Amino acid sequence: MSYLIGEKMTGGYGKGADILHECTIAVEKGEIAVIVGPNGAGKSTAMKAIFGMLNLRKGSVKLDGKDITKMSPQDKVKAGMGFVPQTSNVFTGMTVQENLEMGAYIRDDDFNGTMEQVFELFPILKEKRKQHAGELSGGQRQQVAVGRALMTRPKVLMLDEPTAGVSPIVMDELFDRIIEVAKTGIAILMVEQNARQALNIADKGYVLVQGRNRFTDTGEALLANPEVRKSFLGG
Amino acid sequence: MKNVFLFALMGLAFVAAGEFQSWSFSLTILNLCLISAVMALGVNIQWGYAGIFNVGIMGFAALGGAAAVLVNAAPVPEAWAAGGFGILASGVALLAVIGLVVLIRRKTSGQLRRYATIVAVIGGFFAIREVYDPAVAAIESIDPAKTGFLGGMGLPIIFSWAVGGLFAAGGAWVVGKVALGLRSDYLAIATLGISEIIIAVLKNEDWLTRGVKNVSTLQPAVPTAIELQNAPWFQSLAMWFDAELITASGIFVKLSYAALFTIVLLLILWLSEKALKSPWGRMMRAIRDNRDAAQAMGKDVTRRHLQTFIIGSAVVGIAGAMLTTMDAQFTPGTYNPLRFTFLIWVMVIVGGSGNNWGSILGGFLIWFVWIEAERFGPMMMELVTYGMAEDSPLRTNLMDSAAHLRLFLMGAILLIVLRFSPRGLIPEK
Amino acid sequence: MTDILNALALMSNYVFVPGLAYGSQLALGALGVTLIYSILRFSNFAHGDTMAFGAMLTILATWWLQSMGISGGPLPTALLALPIGIAGTVLFVLATDRMVYRYYRKVKAASIVTMMASVGVMFVMNGMVRVIIGPGEQRFADGERFIIKAREFKALTGLSEGISIRTTQAITVIVALIVVALLFWFLQKSRTGKAMRAYADNEDLALLSGIDPDKVVMVAWIIAATLATIAGTLYGLDKSFKPFTYFQLLLPIFASAIVGGIGNPLGAVAGGFIIAFSEMGFTYAYKRFVAYVTPGDWVPDGLLQLLSTDYKFAVSFVILVLVLLVRPTGIFRGKVL
Repeated sequence: MSYLIGEKMTGGYGKGADILHECTIAVEKGEIAVIVGPNGAGKSTAMKAIFGMLNLRKGSVKLDGKDITKMSPQDKVKAGMGFVPQTSNVFTGMTVQENLEMGAYIRDDDFNGTMEQVFELFPILKEKRKQHAGELSGGQRQQVAVGRALMTRPKVLMLDEPTAGVSPIVMDELFDRIIEVAKTGIAILMVEQNARQALNIADKGYVLVQGRNRFTDTGEALLANPEVRKSFLGG
Repeated sequence: MKNVFLFALMGLAFVAAGEFQSWSFSLTILNLCLISAVMALGVNIQWGYAGIFNVGIMGFAALGGAAAVLVNAAPVPEAWAAGGFGILASGVALLAVIGLVVLIRRKTSGQLRRYATIVAVIGGFFAIREVYDPAVAAIESIDPAKTGFLGGMGLPIIFSWAVGGLFAAGGAWVVGKVALGLRSDYLAIATLGISEIIIAVLKNEDWLTRGVKNVSTLQPAVPTAIELQNAPWFQSLAMWFDAELITASGIFVKLSYAALFTIVLLLILWLSEKALKSPWGRMMRAIRDNRDAAQAMGKDVTRRHLQTFIIGSAVVGIAGAMLTTMDAQFTPGTYNPLRFTFLIWVMVIVGGSGNNWGSILGGFLIWFVWIEAERFGPMMMELVTYGMAEDSPLRTNLMDSAAHLRLFLMGAILLIVLRFSPRGLIPEK
Repeated sequence: MTDILNALALMSNYVFVPGLAYGSQLALGALGVTLIYSILRFSNFAHGDTMAFGAMLTILATWWLQSMGISGGPLPTALLALPIGIAGTVLFVLATDRMVYRYYRKVKAASIVTMMASVGVMFVMNGMVRVIIGPGEQRFADGERFIIKAREFKALTGLSEGISIRTTQAITVIVALIVVALLFWFLQKSRTGKAMRAYADNEDLALLSGIDPDKVVMVAWIIAATLATIAGTLYGLDKSFKPFTYFQLLLPIFASAIVGGIGNPLGAVAGGFIIAFSEMGFTYAYKRFVAYVTPGDWVPDGLLQLLSTDYKFAVSFVILVLVLLVRPTGIFRGKVL
């Protein structure tokens, strides 16, 4: 039984056409699962469906065995899911520290310990804790975004194209950090445009085409798969 | 069909007012309703066609009124002799300074441009004042009790309706050039400010329209009641109708204005409807509904908006001139934003924004309610204070301010319509 | 030397002191407008009349206190009545949100529609104020009128120009300082304040973080109503209470908020003072000042007044338009939605 599973999801935005067709995505604790595919394949849509930002006509989402399909995104956050949107994912007018504080908003307890953990994971954030998030570079901002999501001590962390628009070096660094996060036992679900690098660090990979699962395997296996390589990895 | 019914109801209201209150009163309301309807049409052109939220209607109406003064008032030769040249010179100087600033902004750049602009503006300001102030002082000292201003052109006041439209159009061009690129919030605030400034200028620059001393020497467009009473042809007419002479003369005057105003209203309505249905009108609404798409298609959105803004304001200016004509006096102090700007907006929203017929109906309905509410307010208050002692301060206070209940009423009407029937009584097609 | 001091005294009396007081009043008003803009995302045309409403309630409470023999001593009794006025205004404003604005938030109406609704609320408030307290002028300041009179100042310093400081002016500045400090502390340090800043900064992300939008909106209205009541009361104490003037204040208040950077509280305060001092500076007759500052006995002809006082609003308006054209985000780079 997977820790988080979106099973046979079918649905779309509002009353529009279905984007996902019987799509299944699953991830285990401490595992990194990556969703890749061509543009318009429904990658972000699949993740948003799991998070509850669109209506599922068919299928279900289960967290640790519990059906959470109908839960609102805010309740899902309380249930232990963290979500890092692709854009607009920090409070640009607030300091790094305040961003992290906002991340922990739903917590009643003392979250300083968690903040220290985040600072350990992302040392640059500690350095720039008093700076406004809007003044940071793209890569640093992404770290703030991830750090913010980590403040609720989620059991699942979902990232929507975390390396969009960052340089290759920064991307490598980000992926390193994500691996560190996974090591702490958090399940990571990631949508990525940079398929090759993402599959490199992935325990599990889902290749989506037109809203359907096309290939599902370990990251390594997908990288070695000639069909996958030809279609999505440039041979 | 429903529309005809609504207008018929409205007509019935006038008849009722005539029967139960007085025909003279009913006709007064009718005339003001006609004027309001024209203003509402102007606003609708801006809002319905282009989605422009103009909160400065008061200013354009005042410009129309000022036109009435400048067209119709008798010229004051002494004032012209004393300061006319100075005023003209300052006008030329102003144009020169503006031209200079435009030149500077086009031909230079960077630091030089910034400093040069500032110097030109400040220097220009003081230079103009050098010529302007003495001219103004000279003019205003000529018989201030009766004139103290340059006077007008002494032409029949009816010309001022077109001139009023032109003035307002000119003002709208200036405001539009400056403010139309702004977001709707800011445009609203900017137009609010412009209208306050226009009124401040009209109140303050006595040499132009006597400021708050008002101009009450305008010659009306139709014969006065007194003239009618003394005219044999009218006397026989009144006898034929078996009507009391003085009342009849009053009613005749009002009916004449009503006729004139109705002609103007119908003319403007006809033109507006033609424009709405024309390719130009369709394009305007396409822009309004999806500005970005229209812009992507190469339509010059700002220029189109400017056109609509100018035309709509011109219509308001015409209405302003009509109002001053009927009052036969120009009183800048009476232009207050609640009555002239926001009330018109209530008319458009309630009547049906985006629909010309709706705006007219709204103009009639809301003005009618506004006037009648002033009379019925005290009656309502009577009910409310029924249980109270005759001389209790609360009661006297409430009774005194009953007339202001209509503000509350207007607000409530606007809120209810916005919430439950936002498209108004006669919605856009 | 005495000439320079006289010149300074002159400016203080006619420009600096009144400007400080007026600037404080505008700052408080602009803070309310900017807060509503950043959280509720519309320009509240009813804010001026909210100030009138709040002032009215305070005046009524003042009269009630006075009738019971309670007075503030040297300070205006209105200060004691202020909490009552604030409480009443807060309740009324929350009611208008519930009855009017909440619906437009739910249907995600365009901000222009909410603006029009605020025009409706403006009418209603305007009407209520005029019906309840009448449209005429009300004077309700009591207590010690002056902290220092011009005559006393002249006697003290031996200068020929006096500075008079009215109690109401000093109170305005002090109260404004306290309120602004409290507000900034709230926004910067408290959890709810930070949540509000987050909500204004990025609504979606704030919702994702579990911030309750209804609570944020409610607190915003409460603060705005409080600020409006305080600003309206201080203005009424300092000048006088006349319902119509509050509507006219809308323009300088909007100008202050926009010039400073709409959505930015610091900007609202800065903007308030910029507008106030500009209005006073541009309409002041500098004749005596120049006479003092220039050597010898030369006195300039003419008043040396840049603009007549009737054009006060023109000043704030021109500044507003300039800012909108040149730098729409304002001095402190507010948020332009």
